[in-house]
Amino acid sequence: MEQMKTSVKKQRNDALRPGKSFQDLILTLQHYWGSYGCVILQPYDMEVGAGTFHPATTLRSLGPKPWNAAYVQPSRRPSDGRYGENPNRLQHYYQFQVILKPSPADIQDLYLESLYCIGIDPKNHDIRFVEDDWESPTLGAWGLGWEVWCDGMEVSQFTYFQQVGGFDCDPVSGELTYGLERLAMYVQDVDNVYDLNFNGGQGPSRVSYGDVFLQAEREFSRYNFEYANTENLLRHFRDAEQECKALLDAGERGEHAPHECVLPAYDQCIKASHIFNLLDARGVISVTERQAYILRVRDLSKACCTAWLRTEAGGTTHA
Amino acid sequence: MPELLLELFSEEIPARMQARAAEDLKRLMSAGLKDAGLAFDDASAFATPRRLTLVVDGLPKKSPDVNEERKGPRVGAPDKAIEGFLRAAGLESLDACETREDKKGEFYVAVIERPGRSASDVIAGIVPDVIQKFPWPKSMRWGTGRLRWVRPLHSIVCLLDGKVVPFEISGISSGNETRGHRLMAPKLIKVKGFEDYRDKLRDAKVILDSAERAEIILKEARKLASAKNLKLVEDQALLQETAGLVEWPVVLMGEFDKPFLDVPPEVLTSSMKAHQKCFSVKGKGDKLENRFLLVSNLVAEDGGVAITEGNERVIRARLSDAKFFWDQDRKKTLDERLPQLNDIIFHEKLRTQGKRVERLKKLARELAPIVGADPDKAERAAELCKADLVTEMVGEFPELQGLMGRYYALEQQEPESSEVAQAIEEHYKPQGPNDAVPNEPVSIAVALADKLDTLVGFWAFDEKPTGSKDPYALRRAALGVIRIVLENELRLQLNDVVRPIFGNWRGKMPLKKSSVPIPGTATLGAPDTTGARQDLLSFFADRLKVHLRDQGARHDLIDAVFSLGGQDDLLMIVKRVDALGNFLGSDDGANLLIGVKRAANILRIEEKKDKKSYDGAADADVLKEKEEKALHKAIGQVTGAADKAIEEEDFEGAMAALAKLRAPVDAFFDHVTVNTEDKDKGKSLRENRLRLLSQIRTATQQVADFSKIEG
Repeated sequence: MEQMKTSVKKQRNDALRPGKSFQDLILTLQHYWGSYGCVILQPYDMEVGAGTFHPATTLRSLGPKPWNAAYVQPSRRPSDGRYGENPNRLQHYYQFQVILKPSPADIQDLYLESLYCIGIDPKNHDIRFVEDDWESPTLGAWGLGWEVWCDGMEVSQFTYFQQVGGFDCDPVSGELTYGLERLAMYVQDVDNVYDLNFNGGQGPSRVSYGDVFLQAEREFSRYNFEYANTENLLRHFRDAEQECKALLDAGERGEHAPHECVLPAYDQCIKASHIFNLLDARGVISVTERQAYILRVRDLSKACCTAWLRTEAGGTTHA
Repeated sequence: MPELLLELFSEEIPARMQARAAEDLKRLMSAGLKDAGLAFDDASAFATPRRLTLVVDGLPKKSPDVNEERKGPRVGAPDKAIEGFLRAAGLESLDACETREDKKGEFYVAVIERPGRSASDVIAGIVPDVIQKFPWPKSMRWGTGRLRWVRPLHSIVCLLDGKVVPFEISGISSGNETRGHRLMAPKLIKVKGFEDYRDKLRDAKVILDSAERAEIILKEARKLASAKNLKLVEDQALLQETAGLVEWPVVLMGEFDKPFLDVPPEVLTSSMKAHQKCFSVKGKGDKLENRFLLVSNLVAEDGGVAITEGNERVIRARLSDAKFFWDQDRKKTLDERLPQLNDIIFHEKLRTQGKRVERLKKLARELAPIVGADPDKAERAAELCKADLVTEMVGEFPELQGLMGRYYALEQQEPESSEVAQAIEEHYKPQGPNDAVPNEPVSIAVALADKLDTLVGFWAFDEKPTGSKDPYALRRAALGVIRIVLENELRLQLNDVVRPIFGNWRGKMPLKKSSVPIPGTATLGAPDTTGARQDLLSFFADRLKVHLRDQGARHDLIDAVFSLGGQDDLLMIVKRVDALGNFLGSDDGANLLIGVKRAANILRIEEKKDKKSYDGAADADVLKEKEEKALHKAIGQVTGAADKAIEEEDFEGAMAALAKLRAPVDAFFDHVTVNTEDKDKGKSLRENRLRLLSQIRTATQQVADFSKIEG
């Protein structure tokens, strides 16, 4: 274990300056976890509320096969939009997601080492693991873990997955989720997310986070809260729900045969989940309906997880 | 005598679970050792964020030898019986058995010798079992293992007298190595025994004892505060929590911008405490100052500069949120928020908070004269008491409900502001057995209304607490009513008070099978609420019993008063119990109790024998001995005096009247024989004397059911 740690440390790339540029922060984390042996994936090409929705986490955390992956995931939380006026609330932000299956015994040390790589020296910073259990009602998933504090600020979520889609995770995956904007604000020492240096440039070549995203935050806040056509969204929700079920039916080849169409069905489940979030932001879902919608999405994700376990990556071998 | 050291080293254990886990470890291990015959002198348990530790002193080297005899079947019993016996006793053949003889003949006896086992062997068996059965509130698996623990378990130290007790659980072998502070001393440490362990941990920046960590935090926090002429705002719960978040506490002081002090101090304190686990400080005049104390887990190379700066930044963001909420919330009055309460479901069946407020207004107004409050003010306070639930601040800090209502009521310059505002804050009180009880009449009216409305509502829909399940804290609500009534010495006929509240639900209550009206006799309309009401009153009675017991009252005295029946005036019940306790403590009381019990015993036996009751007055003409005449006369006088005293609610006086019975009762039992065949004027003396005894019973029953009293 000690040996592996030093080998990871050697992989630290001194050309990158994670304390000066948002993109270097991302590249540093990719480099670090890539050196560890993770598959470095690109973001999933759909709107999701969190990195956990990526099939590389949700589905791959099920079944017996080992799986180590890391990726940035743009995450959309329509209700969190503030028209670009709040210094740290965004309806679109980045998560850096690491999934290690099975969770290695030294996962906490690996995580601390990654903080060191992005410029947080544990000799001067107070890193704490504070109880925070995770639950996703829409995914039918839960786990135990912590939020990680750096000098009192929550910088990551750390979770040992116990169940996904209602199934026990065996082996258990360790999931690390870094809040990239927060971390960057911390290491760059800025109080407003839009002031983050995105590309590390100085003077005229400097591009800020605001240059890249401020307009989008304003426009999407309008869309999320005011313009989104709720009738269409309600229909899209039903369509996605039906499509998901239809695809699961279409891929069904009987109890003893592998399922043939899980991933496209799961895409529809992701879609339904995001549309629900949009409807929620538009304020058209009442308290009682809310629970019903969550249950409908959960039914979809459970059905997808059930089917996934009957595929090769879900660990089933069929003669 | 050998010492056992056990350490279970894991990833970070939630702070709130640590103390309980240490206790559980001690309890389960102690029980395991005792069951195995290993008696010991002393056991202590400790917890840090990363370890549970147990030390047991004075263990024997081995458990005692045990010889057990097991009686078997008779000689000549069927083979099957003999085989079964041998198997159960773990014996090969009958040769290993002895035969004995009793009245019925010869039978086999297995003499099983169990030599004591070494303490090490016993412990190696117990620890894995304790780990597997450990009662964590939530536990998990990790990696590829099957074991469950609160977070991944990494290593186990298990030493008996310095030697490793060898065992393995889920791939983890016991040993003699642990680790110090995660960042300051991560290397492996070899330990020999508890003292060595504790000292080496201290060298490795781990304070084992959470009480000591709390002490250090408190001392350092006070020191840092007083260096700036400030005073720490002490908070026991926060102190315990922070002690559970660090292995090596280092207290640092940070600062925030002065303008934040415009926000109510409770908001600042809550914000710093809830989100950041920081302490607040006060300056002159007990006013909050713009500084805070944080507890870190690190002796930083830079002296804590970066840590302090980082925390200041987070606190700034948190307080900005709080200030934003405070400014936003004040743009609207509480009255303007009332319509929003119609959108909040209080409970599926009990409807919205808006409807609830309507009920509370009515109820607070009705209760006002009973508790001496101005009905208009009580109604107004009830109207506003839930409005802060829809403020941003209470949305963020639910624990500030009520308090924010008070602030916002004062901000909007509520007419008669102080009492109404105070009632808005206090109507949730008391929140538990140690919380203060409101004592301003308007507050009392709304606090009672809030709790009674909740209790009656849930009773109307038959959603009562069961066993350990009480999701709506109804026990706490009932205790709240009891404490408000008793501590304010309020006179309340509970039955009369709750009857109209049940009326709110008439026609909406579910029809239970038992309450379905009999056809032909039922009037059209709602089911009767009597059953639910009586059930609620007996719930109050139970809660009052628990409360009085907690206060140290004797449970038998409580029963003696309660079994009189029809008791719904809480204050009077308590006064009666008090008076009874005092009376029985006196010589007269103690002796009268003996006499009354004797009378009751005789009656019980004779009534059973004769299959008839002797209730009723004795015939004065048939009294013969002077002692029975005296007793008869005394009962007459005492009954009158006790009746009068009780009518005046003078329970001490009633007891004093009863005391006059003592001498005649004693004299009666000394000189008069109850069970006699004699007759007088053709009437049975025995029956007449039994009636006299029943009169004693009746007389004392005015104040309490003496048969329930022990002793």
